[in-house]
Amino acid sequence: MGKPMTMTQKILADHAGLPYVEAGQLIEANLDLVLGNDITSPVAITEMGKMSRQEVFDKDKIALVMDHFVPNKDIKSAENCKCVRDFACKHEISNYFDVGEMGIEHALLPEKGLTVAGDVVIGADSHTCTYGALGAFSTGVGSTDMAAGMVTGRAWFKVPSAIKFNITGKPSKWVSGKDVILHIIGMIGVDGALYKSMEFTGDGIKNLSMDDRFTISNMAIEAGGKNGIFPVDELTEEYLKEHSIRPYKVYEADPDAVYDEEYTIDLSTLKPTVAFPHLPENTHTVDEISDPVKIDQAVIGSCTNGRIDDLRTAAEVLKGRHVKKGVRCIILPATQAIYLQAIEEGLVKTFIEAGAIVSTPTCGPCLGGHMGILASGEKCVSTTNRNFVGRMGAIDSEIYLASPAVAAASAVEGYICAPR
Amino acid sequence: MNAKGTAYKYGDNVDTDVIIPARYLAIQDRTELATHCMEDIDKDFVNKIKKGDIVVAGKNFGCGSSREHAPLVIKVSGVSCVIAETFARIFYRNAINIGLPIIECREASERIDDKDEVEIDFDSGMIYNRTKGEEYKGQPFPEFMQKIIKAEGLVNYINGQ
Repeated sequence: MGKPMTMTQKILADHAGLPYVEAGQLIEANLDLVLGNDITSPVAITEMGKMSRQEVFDKDKIALVMDHFVPNKDIKSAENCKCVRDFACKHEISNYFDVGEMGIEHALLPEKGLTVAGDVVIGADSHTCTYGALGAFSTGVGSTDMAAGMVTGRAWFKVPSAIKFNITGKPSKWVSGKDVILHIIGMIGVDGALYKSMEFTGDGIKNLSMDDRFTISNMAIEAGGKNGIFPVDELTEEYLKEHSIRPYKVYEADPDAVYDEEYTIDLSTLKPTVAFPHLPENTHTVDEISDPVKIDQAVIGSCTNGRIDDLRTAAEVLKGRHVKKGVRCIILPATQAIYLQAIEEGLVKTFIEAGAIVSTPTCGPCLGGHMGILASGEKCVSTTNRNFVGRMGAIDSEIYLASPAVAAASAVEGYICAPR
Repeated sequence: MNAKGTAYKYGDNVDTDVIIPARYLAIQDRTELATHCMEDIDKDFVNKIKKGDIVVAGKNFGCGSSREHAPLVIKVSGVSCVIAETFARIFYRNAINIGLPIIECREASERIDDKDEVEIDFDSGMIYNRTKGEEYKGQPFPEFMQKIIKAEGLVNYINGQ
């Protein structure tokens, strides 16, 4: 018997060609996918230009997604996309996604079947940790790491230690993956998992949909985590078979694996939760809010909460109701497929009749790019992932992070509230 | 290798959105980009930083986005080193990869005040506070990272392999 490893450590060991790795060890691992977007790829392309090798390691294992300032918000964004487009063309990158095919990268790649269980993925975007929901090791890096990954197909990692989250119980009607991860970040803080894996386990996981799991893994970085990973169960395998033709590999943490800390989270005790400005750890349950927080805008979308489950929930709340006068409600399906499904299911009709607008997929408002910038003093309830100072616009604007259910209910009432 | 300069002090969780707001991320020219360094946390930053000065912060410096523009604008502004109690992991990687010296030291992060004169010896990991006459032991880099730093970044390191 070898020494015990966490799920993350097992994936890393296999990709480094080692029988065993331990926390703190520096390794070089083979990559299954290297990702970049329209903000980080131009920088990576410039860095790659300085390398002695000029070929990509595998044109099928690089994904370039134009999603942040797309459709181009200004001339500079247009030039950046052009730079990436030319690069993709020159190197015959198979997974280049431009307007018409693009979606928000972390919703798009799993949907296209480009990330599967057991993969090691790096992406020049901090929310690359999303694919942990599929049982993959995925983590955000910078543009230089992306450039090195594109050329060598390898990346260096310090093997992380881990925190174990034992998930039990079943969430109540209006509690979703967003409330779970906000609760966790509120509990451990924005650096509570710094440099570490967040490993989710327990019999409550079966009560979380794949979209819930994507949301939870997506925000591991908001607790400082290196990755946030779920075990592979029947639901995962169903998802993988529906979306991908690639073979996948199931890894399991050893029962005696060592964790730095362990927490138990009973889903049945969680309530709709909101992170107040200006850190995701400033969480309050909605029923704790004593002074009503009036809002000017509600955003429902992003790599965190722009999936079909999120839109269905928002539609359920908005059906037959109307967005409060004076509130702008902006809904962004994360991919073209989700957008189309939302049209076919009648969700888009519900949104428009309720006075919301529905946008083409883009990261836009989440990072203050376009499609919903806040003016001085404005407040926004948002299903996005960060509420830092000035993130969505003016430096004295405020962002309140919440689930699609809370954002939709708040849009109707004009102040932060949960559906009743 | 040494760094020496005036320290400018910031708090915990200085995020990449305040280091370089996303509204400027379409700018590719690094000198132009650097004119917005720390704009949303300290409007005066670009005016007061002299070449060699040192940024001192608390926990989780550089949290948030993976944008490499963040360590880059700090480097281009002339900052010779960032001292923090801890760094967010992507910022930590990026700083090493682009050759911005950083050092983790809780004591230095707590003891150094705004405008103290500070000197750092990267080989020993020692931090000297010339204003207060104190010294602090920083966390030295593992050997592998030292190689990347000595090559002045990941690109040169890979080219040299």
